[in-house]
Amino acid sequence: MPRSAGRGGIPQERRELVTERNIPLWEVFIRSRNGLAHKHVGSLHAADSEMALQAARDVYTRRGEGLSIWVVPSAAIVASDPADKEVLFEPTASKVYRHPTFYEVPDEVGHM
Amino acid sequence: MYTQALNTREAIGPVEDPEHEARFQARVDGEEKVEPNDWMPEAYRRLLVRQISQHAHSEIVGMLPEGNWITRAPTLRRKAALLAKVQDEGGHGLYLYAAAETLDVSREELVEQLLAGKAKYSSIFNYPTLTWADIGAVGWLVDGAAIMNQIPLCRCSYGPYARAMIRICKEESFHQRQGYEIILTLSRGTAEQKAMAQGALNRWWWPSLMMFGPSDKESQHSDKSMRWKVKRFSNDELRQKFVDATVPQGLYLGLTFPDPELRFDEASGHWAFGAIDFDELRQVIAGNGPCNHERMKARRKAHDDGAWVREAALAYAEKRRSRRDTARAA
Repeated sequence: MPRSAGRGGIPQERRELVTERNIPLWEVFIRSRNGLAHKHVGSLHAADSEMALQAARDVYTRRGEGLSIWVVPSAAIVASDPADKEVLFEPTASKVYRHPTFYEVPDEVGHM
Repeated sequence: MYTQALNTREAIGPVEDPEHEARFQARVDGEEKVEPNDWMPEAYRRLLVRQISQHAHSEIVGMLPEGNWITRAPTLRRKAALLAKVQDEGGHGLYLYAAAETLDVSREELVEQLLAGKAKYSSIFNYPTLTWADIGAVGWLVDGAAIMNQIPLCRCSYGPYARAMIRICKEESFHQRQGYEIILTLSRGTAEQKAMAQGALNRWWWPSLMMFGPSDKESQHSDKSMRWKVKRFSNDELRQKFVDATVPQGLYLGLTFPDPELRFDEASGHWAFGAIDFDELRQVIAGNGPCNHERMKARRKAHDDGAWVREAALAYAEKRRSRRDTARAA
């Protein structure tokens, strides 16, 4: 069953302890240089996407860590459940024929 | 960033599920990282929430004694560096709150615990920064002690905490060098400046040693914490490492440590030091340090004064969202 990424919802009884409205959570992805993919670096709270971008710049790129930032509402991320790990990923373990080393090529043929 | 083994006396509940617990322990023993939605013992989750949030609170409260000197830094270079350092501490607090939030607790809830006086933070920040030299001592000694504590946390079994610590440790090294440079400059200055450096060392040495928490004999949570690989070294081991690393740095400055019993022990290869006044540590943790009241008052004021900004930001976001929705509907 899919779950929200990283953090489950806060149980109702705990939420009631909080007098203020929670400020939405965002996940931050940074491209450290051109040619590389954006990589998840952490999360932060911000009221809207514009403030999330600004906060991401202040919190995660104080030392030239990035050239581009993505911010994504944490609630928008759908993640696989760790309990499904075996069902999802175990089958690949037996499929050794998917790897090039499974096949024999005579030495005389050279590098392939 | 500052951690401290505060070792509160809260009892850890019984194991809920021996079978899951055994599998969990095997993964931890195999140096596999635990990630947010993985099964974990409730006591492990609680231990992490407490440690990570105390750590985050320490970063945020730690901005206060240093912020105290930003407007009075002696040069523009020193001021820019101190500003950057205090900004880093704020960032460290945020990385850590985010790591704690992966354990099903909200940042708002954690902040509320701090402001209500229910959560602890590192005892060291309840000491005042009386002179500019104290800013040097905080960087050199307090950040130095923090780094000793934090480097092993980069290998902590809980993934989000370990990842936050890697980031923090990289940045913390600048803090320590920045502090040492301040003390170095003062110790090479006039007699009065040298006396300032010595005074700061005298004031901060013992509280820095206390940052490592109670001695191993009294430490409450060490067993579980070690078994779960949250903690890798005991309080006393880390304290000894810190003393061994720091004493030669102080001697190089031509300063003396406020400990008549401090001596190099040839046989063990370690610096032996005098008895730590753990009563003082207990008093400061219990809220009776020189600045406990002032720190909490400053945090509460900042939180209350900022309430309208948080409300306005949410209201503005709400307004823009509804305008966008209306435009789309039209």
